[in-house]
Amino acid sequence: MSGPGFFLLGATHQRAPLAAREKLALDAEASAALQTELASIVGLRELTILSTCNRVEFYGVADTPETLARLEAVYCARQCFSPAEFATFRLSLNGRDAIQHLFEVATGLDSQMLGETEIFGQVKAAYATAQTRQSTGPVLNRVFQKTFQAAKYVRTQTAITVGQVSIANVAVDLAQNIFGDLKATRILLLGAGDIGEKTAKAFQSRGAASLTVASRNLERAMELATTFGASALPFDQREARLAEFDVVVGSTAAPETVISVVAAAAALKKRPARPLFFIDLALPRDIEAGVADLENVFLYNLDDLAKIAESHRVARLAEVERARAMLTEKSAALWQQVSAQGAPQAPTPAAGKPAVSPA
Amino acid sequence: MLAALNDRQWLWLSAGFYFAGFLLGTWSLVRRGRPSGVLVYALIAVGYGLQLAGLGLRGKAVGGCPLGNTFELFQFTAWSAISLYLVIGVAFRSSVLGYFTASLAASLTLLSLAIPAWDSGRRLRLFGHNPWIELHAALALFSYGVFALLALTSLMLLLRHFSLKSKNLGGLFSFLPSMVDLDQIGLRLLSTGVVLLAASLAVGANYWLRDPASASLGKLLVTVAVWLAASIALILRLRGRLLAKRFAWTGLLLFAAALLSLWPIDSSRQAVTIPSAPVNPPARP
Repeated sequence: MSGPGFFLLGATHQRAPLAAREKLALDAEASAALQTELASIVGLRELTILSTCNRVEFYGVADTPETLARLEAVYCARQCFSPAEFATFRLSLNGRDAIQHLFEVATGLDSQMLGETEIFGQVKAAYATAQTRQSTGPVLNRVFQKTFQAAKYVRTQTAITVGQVSIANVAVDLAQNIFGDLKATRILLLGAGDIGEKTAKAFQSRGAASLTVASRNLERAMELATTFGASALPFDQREARLAEFDVVVGSTAAPETVISVVAAAAALKKRPARPLFFIDLALPRDIEAGVADLENVFLYNLDDLAKIAESHRVARLAEVERARAMLTEKSAALWQQVSAQGAPQAPTPAAGKPAVSPA
Repeated sequence: MLAALNDRQWLWLSAGFYFAGFLLGTWSLVRRGRPSGVLVYALIAVGYGLQLAGLGLRGKAVGGCPLGNTFELFQFTAWSAISLYLVIGVAFRSSVLGYFTASLAASLTLLSLAIPAWDSGRRLRLFGHNPWIELHAALALFSYGVFALLALTSLMLLLRHFSLKSKNLGGLFSFLPSMVDLDQIGLRLLSTGVVLLAASLAVGANYWLRDPASASLGKLLVTVAVWLAASIALILRLRGRLLAKRFAWTGLLLFAAALLSLWPIDSSRQAVTIPSAPVNPPARP
């Protein structure tokens, strides 16, 4: 192995099936235990473990390829996973390629949902944990700091993270276009369908003031309300109390519409200064189409949201090459710096004391 | 070198900076897909300083607030709108508002500079050394600046409304503030405009009651009509009768009415008028 031996070893959603990722995933406890075990590997100088639902990746500095093989063996044994199977989808990169991969991961280029930003926080958390475990050194510190800079740069210079690509988040973004801050926005969820539930969850995570669930099955509504820490509303009161809400998410399986134009108009009269936003995720539709013609009322159905999400995905895809080119330039520069540093000043394998400390 | 510039040259420079703000905003939107907030704000701020210098020179020359012809009225209105923008632009955190403001300021100032007839005559001692009348005029014009900004936020609200109704949310539309935020800022601007204009009218009325011949009936009617229209719009908005699109259209119409009212106001003035010539900075001893 040439240079300081910066490596990446792991399995990601690109090649590893979900069933395998499930077995390979490491929660905080398992990660700490594994790190303790890995501390016995001579020649493993630095290490950071990144484990999300889409990837388990080990970034580190190793003296020899044998060190890596040892790491892989210990990991597979701990997870009770066949090394032969692991080898079929294993991702193993060195030097500049490994840096480029880390850059792309942190920027969201390697994510299942292209351009998502959650991964950036996960990489940061993984690095912070490694620092706490004192398993980082001069190489990883430099590489990760530069990774965060590169990811931020690409995110601001390209449209790789612009717009939402999931139906639920598109709906929340639309609500923000109407109401701004969601702190004062009250949500009514009609029905207990899966997509409606996801949308309600997205509203909650973005700080909506309150959530109320109304389902034709009151028991189910109460159950869902309890899950969300929300309140339940008898389904037959939905139209009479419409004025109390700003956003109405329709996701029932009702064969006919459950919100009429008349009810929407009446609600609007009771709260003229605030707009009303209807998100119709049901098929057949829950909200009468004529509602869209009312002044200060906005109606989006499943097709509208899907179209917006798709346009964002396409826009992000169009930015991939530009983003990658920027990262390639930066990874080349970083690799040059890291190479110039030479081998990290750490205890030699002969000393028998690994730099990777137990957790 | 700058110290040797005359008033119109300062104002040309200022208009140049506003126009640069507009060009930079357009370039940024077209090429980078997003407005350039800080740079546009900086260009507007520099333009504002230059405009202040130009208007200051004029003010010294005419012995009062430079509100003596159509050119000066347009310049002062633009300056008032920018004054307010520089304050709320920071709090509002909307780079699009900066772009719109730069466009409006460039339009008003360049238009006034491009029409020499608007600056062919200048009135001296327009306010007869009466600071109250000067305050009345300055407040009225400042309220027109507020209406100018209201027109901008109204235009943004109409664009936001259109984008949400037509389900076209990309490009410029993605940078517009929310409907509710625009509505709130519009309401505050309208309230401010109404209060300022009311204060201006109160000061003017006090003087007019003592000397009814000092102001023409036409000017009085036009100014009161603008204030009445704005007040009615405010009441209707507060009572929930004038909302969203209609409120935004009203904001635009109010500014148009305020601009149109400048002509009858300007032509009704009686004061010593002299042919206009560039005002040079005072010579140093």
